[in-house]
Amino acid sequence: MSFEPFGKLISRTFVISQKNIDTDQIIPARFLTTTSKEGLGKSAFYDWRYDEKGNPLNSSVFNGVNPDTQKILVAGSNFGCGSSREHAPWALSDFGFRAVISSDIADIFKSNSLKNGLLPVVVDEDTHAFLLANPGIELTIDLEKCEVSLGENKVISFEVEAFARRCMLDGVDPLGHLINQLPDIKVYEEVR
Amino acid sequence: MSDNNNPKSLFDKLWERHIVVPETDESPAVLYIDLHLVHEVTSPQAFSVLNERGLKVRRADRTIATLDHSTPTLPADKNGELPYFTAEAKSQVETLIKNTAEHGIELFGMGDPRRGIVHVIGPELGATQPGKTIVCGDSHTSTHGAFGALAFGIGTTEVGHVLATQCVLQRKPKSMRVTFEGTLSSGVGAKDMALAMIAQIGAHGGQGYAIEYAGEAVRDLSMEARMTLCNMSIEAGARSGMVAPDEKTFEWLDGRDMSPKGEAWTDAVKDWASLATEEGAKFDKEVVVDAANIRPMITFGVSPDAAGAVDAIAPTPKTDPELHAAEYMKFEAGRPFADAIVNRVFIGSCTNSRLSDMREAAMIMRGCKVSKGVIALVVPGSEAVKRAAEAENLHKIFLDAGAEWREPGCSMCIGMNGDQGAPGELVVSTSNRNFIGRQGTGVRTVLASPATAAASAIEGRIADPRPYFENKKESA
Ligand code: SF4
Repeated sequence: MSFEPFGKLISRTFVISQKNIDTDQIIPARFLTTTSKEGLGKSAFYDWRYDEKGNPLNSSVFNGVNPDTQKILVAGSNFGCGSSREHAPWALSDFGFRAVISSDIADIFKSNSLKNGLLPVVVDEDTHAFLLANPGIELTIDLEKCEVSLGENKVISFEVEAFARRCMLDGVDPLGHLINQLPDIKVYEEVR
Repeated sequence: MSDNNNPKSLFDKLWERHIVVPETDESPAVLYIDLHLVHEVTSPQAFSVLNERGLKVRRADRTIATLDHSTPTLPADKNGELPYFTAEAKSQVETLIKNTAEHGIELFGMGDPRRGIVHVIGPELGATQPGKTIVCGDSHTSTHGAFGALAFGIGTTEVGHVLATQCVLQRKPKSMRVTFEGTLSSGVGAKDMALAMIAQIGAHGGQGYAIEYAGEAVRDLSMEARMTLCNMSIEAGARSGMVAPDEKTFEWLDGRDMSPKGEAWTDAVKDWASLATEEGAKFDKEVVVDAANIRPMITFGVSPDAAGAVDAIAPTPKTDPELHAAEYMKFEAGRPFADAIVNRVFIGSCTNSRLSDMREAAMIMRGCKVSKGVIALVVPGSEAVKRAAEAENLHKIFLDAGAEWREPGCSMCIGMNGDQGAPGELVVSTSNRNFIGRQGTGVRTVLASPATAAASAIEGRIADPRPYFENKKESA
C-alpha cells in the first residue's frame, strides 16, 4: 500500500479537548462491517455528528470544521485507546486529517496511523495545554526535522520511531521491508 | 535456574526466542509469529492487499480463522437462513469464507463445533500454548498471555504482514510487573482484580508496557480466570499481559486437540516450565495491588478506569471529562451505585464467556427470576462452552430464570451483529469496554463480573453478589 508521502504539513488545528477518546468514538463499531478501506470519512466521529436518526446534530463540535484547512486534529490525552481497528485512522484520513496531536496517544492506534499516512505527534503537557487553549492556530509540522512550529519562533521537537518515519516520508507501508527479510525468516524457521 | 547474573523475565525469554532480525536504531525487530488468529472484521482489507500484490499466505498452518463479531446469536430460521443484522455483516462473513478458502486457511465457520470468539477458541483448542507469540487483528489478543505466551493485538496492515511473512515489525516494549498481594475474598474474582488494577494505574497506565501478572492471588486463579485478567490488560493501555505457566497451565492444556502429544508433550512441558521469570529479573516498572482488599467492582464512567466497589457511592466528578461521563452515565454523586436501575444484563464476551463464567452466573441465578423489565442475555463464548454448559444444564437455570440463552459470538460486547441496548438503557455487562455507544447508541454500560451481572439481573439494580455466595454456601 502506498499513500501521499508526508513531508511538511502547514495547516490549522481542529481541537477536541476530551481525554480518552477511544476508537469507538472515532468510528463506531457498526461501521466496521465494511470490507474496504475507502469512504470511511463519513463515519468518522459519527455519533458526535449525527443523532440516532442520522440527522446532523446542531450542537456538534464538528460543525465548524473545515477539513481542507484544518488537517491537524488536536485531542485530549490517551487519544485512540480501545480497539485495534485500523478503521480509525482510515476514517480520520478519509475525513481529511493528516496529523493528530496529543500528550499521549494509544500504542496500537499510533502504529496503525503511521502505516496510513496519518502522523501521530506526542507533545509535552505545556505544549498540549497551549494547543488545546488556542484552537484553529496554524502549525507547521516538519517530519524530516521532527519539529512542530507554533509560530512566533516557537518550535518544539517530537519523536517518531525511526523506521515508521522513513515509511511516512516515502509514503510506503513496511510490507516491502518485511518481504526483503524473507531469507532470514526462512533460516529462522529452519534452525529453531 | 537463577544461578546467573543476568536473570530474565518471562517476557524477555519470549521476546528473545522470536527475534528473526534484532532491532537497531533504524528499524524495529523482525519478530516471528507462531500463531495468527483471524476473524472477519479486521482481515478483509489485509487479504485485499495480498491479492493486489499477488502474495500468498506464507504459513497457513500457523493461521486459524473464526467467525465471531458479525455473526447472529439467534438460530437459523426454518428455512435455514441465519438472521444477519445487515447485508454488509453477511457479506463480511462470506468474504472471510472466500478468503480462507482461497488461501488454504482453516476456518471454524458457522455450524462448526469448534467455532467461537477468537480468544475463547484459541486456548480451548490447545492452539494457545506457553512460549508462543500470538497475534490477531484484535486488541484483546492479550487474553492468550494467560498461558505464558506473548500475545498482542495488531492492526489490519500488520495482519497483512503476518499473512505474507509470518512476522511483524516491533520494538521491544518496556516491562511492568503487577503483583497482586494477598488472597481474594469470597465473591471477588479476576474481573474485579482487573478493574481494581485499571482504576489504580489508569486507562493508559500500561501504555508502552508488556505486563506480567504475579503474586499469590494470580497463582491462585484458574486458567480461565487468568484469561479474564490478561484480557483486560489492553484496558490499562498495555498491548500484552502474561502469567508464567505452571502446573495449572499444563493440566489445562493436556489432551486438547492441538496440544502436543506423547513424547512431544513431555518435552514441551519441560520447556514451558523453564519460562518463568527468574529471581532478580528487572522490570521497568513495578506495581503492587492489594488483592485482599478488592471488593466486587463496577465501572461508573465511560472509560474502564472509572471503576469502584459495587457497594460504594458515586463520586463527585472533579474534572470536565468526569463531569461529562457522569452526565452521560447519570450516576448521581453521593448516591449508592446500588440505587441505579438496570435495564439489561449481558453475560458474555471474550472477557467472561467461558464455562467457569457460566457456572458463576448460574450459581447466582439458580432458583431466582430475572427482575421484571430486565432483559438478560447469556451468550457462551464458543460452541464448546455452549455444549459444556448445556451438559451441566446451566442453560436451563438461565432459561428458568427468564434470561435468554444464545448462540456463541461477541454479541453485545460490540453490538456489530445487532445485539444492542436501546438509547438511555443501563446495561450491566461482563464485557471489557464501557465506551460511549459501544453497546448501542446512547447505551450506558457498567462493566462487572459475571457474579455481579447475574445478581444485578435478579435485583433489577446494581447488586453486590457477595450475599449470594454466602447464602449458597450455607444451603450447600
Ligand atoms: S468479545 Fe468483544 S472484545 Fe472480545 S473479541 Fe469480541 S468484540 Fe472484541
